[in-house]
Amino acid sequence: MSQDLTTTAESIAQTIAAFVSKRVGADVPADKDLFESGLVSSLFAMELVVHLEQAFSVQILGDDLKRDNFRSVQAMTALVLRLNGAE
Amino acid sequence: MLANMQSHSIAVFGAGVMGRSITALALGRGVDVVLVDVSDDVLRDARAEITQQMRHGQLMGAFPADKTPGTLTTSLSSKGAADAAVVIEAITEDAALKVRVMAEISGVVPAGVPLITNTSGIPIAELAKSVQRPTDLAGVHFMNPAYLIEMVEVVRGPQTGDDAMAVVLSFLEGLGKKTVVVRDAPGFVTSRLLHPMINEAARVVAEGTASVESVDRLMHGCLGHPTGPLRTADLIGLDNLADALRLLAERTGNPTFEPCELLMEKVSRGELGRKTGRGFYDYGEVLS
Ligand SMILES: NC(=O)c1ccc[n+]([C@@H]2O[C@H](COP(=O)([O-])OP(=O)(O)OC[C@H]3O[C@@H](n4cnc5c(N)ncnc54)[C@H](O)[C@@H]3O)[C@@H](O)[C@H]2O)c1
Repeated sequence: MSQDLTTTAESIAQTIAAFVSKRVGADVPADKDLFESGLVSSLFAMELVVHLEQAFSVQILGDDLKRDNFRSVQAMTALVLRLNGAE
Repeated sequence: MLANMQSHSIAVFGAGVMGRSITALALGRGVDVVLVDVSDDVLRDARAEITQQMRHGQLMGAFPADKTPGTLTTSLSSKGAADAAVVIEAITEDAALKVRVMAEISGVVPAGVPLITNTSGIPIAELAKSVQRPTDLAGVHFMNPAYLIEMVEVVRGPQTGDDAMAVVLSFLEGLGKKTVVVRDAPGFVTSRLLHPMINEAARVVAEGTASVESVDRLMHGCLGHPTGPLRTADLIGLDNLADALRLLAERTGNPTFEPCELLMEKVSRGELGRKTGRGFYDYGEVLS
C-alpha cells in the first residue's frame, strides 16, 4: 500500500471508529466484532449503513448490503475503500 | 370460493410504524402491496422509509436472496384493496375508527378474502360486529419491525372461519413467519403481558427507584429481555402504547393498566419514541 492509501485508510477508520464509539459510549478497537459483542443492535446496523453512505458519499447496494461488511471498523473501512475505487 | 386467490397482491391499511414494516416484509418476500392511508404526506414518507427498511431486512439476511421484491403501490382510497388476496388493517389503535374502516374494507373486498387486523389488543369479537362477514376476520399481531421478528401472534375470534384461518396461516408461512394461535381476549397474550410491564417500568422510573437505563439494563442483564422494556416502548411508539393501555384498562376493568403519568406527559410533549427521535431515550436524528 502506498503512503497515500495508508493515510486514507487510517482517516476513514478513525472517522468510523469515532461514530461507533460515540453511539455505543465506549472505545471500539478496529478489529472488534461489533455484532458478536452485542455492541451493535440490528437497528444500529442500519444506521451504520446510512452513516457510511453520507459520510463518504458512497452507495452501498446489492451484495454489499450484508452484515459481514459492517462487522468491525476494519471491515467497514475496507468496504468504503473498495467503493471509492481504491482497491 | 376464495375470491382473489390468484392475486399475489395484498392491501395494507395504515402507513404508520406497523403498516410500513409489514409492507417491507411482504415486498421483501416477493408479494405486491397496495398501501392505503388518509394522508399523502404520510404515504410519501412511508415510501422512503420502506425502501430503507427493505435494505435493512436484506442487511440482516431477513429476505430470501432468490426472490424478486414485490411492487409497492400507494393509495388514498380503500378501493385500492379491491383485488387483494389478503387485507391487513394497521391503522391507529382507536376502536371507533377501526370499526368504521373495517366496515368500509369489508364492503370493498369480495367474500373469502381474509381481513386481518393488527390491533394490539381490541378483541376480534368486538371488531367482528362491524364487518359484513365475521368469518373472514382474524387477528395477526405483527411486532415491530415486522420484517425482522420471526414470530407473530395469531388470534382466532369466536366467529373466525376455518377457511380464513387456513388462508391466513399459509399466507404467514409464505412470509417466513412462525405462528402461535391464541384465543380472543383483550390484549391477547403479548400485549396483556408486555404493555403493563412497560407501564410499570415507567412508574418505577417516575418513582425514582432507578433510571431508564438501569431498568433496561437489569431486565436485559438479569432476565434476558432483548432490549429492556423502555427501549421496546420507544420502538412501539408511546402514543400507540398509551392508546393500547387505555383500551386494555377499559376492557379488563383493571385500572392499573391505565397509562401512567410519565407516559402521558411524554405523549403530550410529542416525545413518541424512535419515530419522533425522542422518547425514553434520545435518538438524535430520526432513522429513516
Ligand atoms: N407500534 C407497534 O409496535 C405495534 C405493534 C403491534 C401492533 N400495533 C398495532 O398496529 C396498529 C397501527 O399502529 P402503529 O404503531 O403503526 O400506528 P401509527 O400511529 O404509527 O400509524 C397509524 C396510521 O394509520 C393511518 N390511518 C388513520 N386512519 C386511517 C384510515 N381511515 N385509513 C387508512 N389509514 C388510516 C394514520 O394516518 C397513520 O399513518 C394499531 O392497531 C396498533 O395497536 C402496533
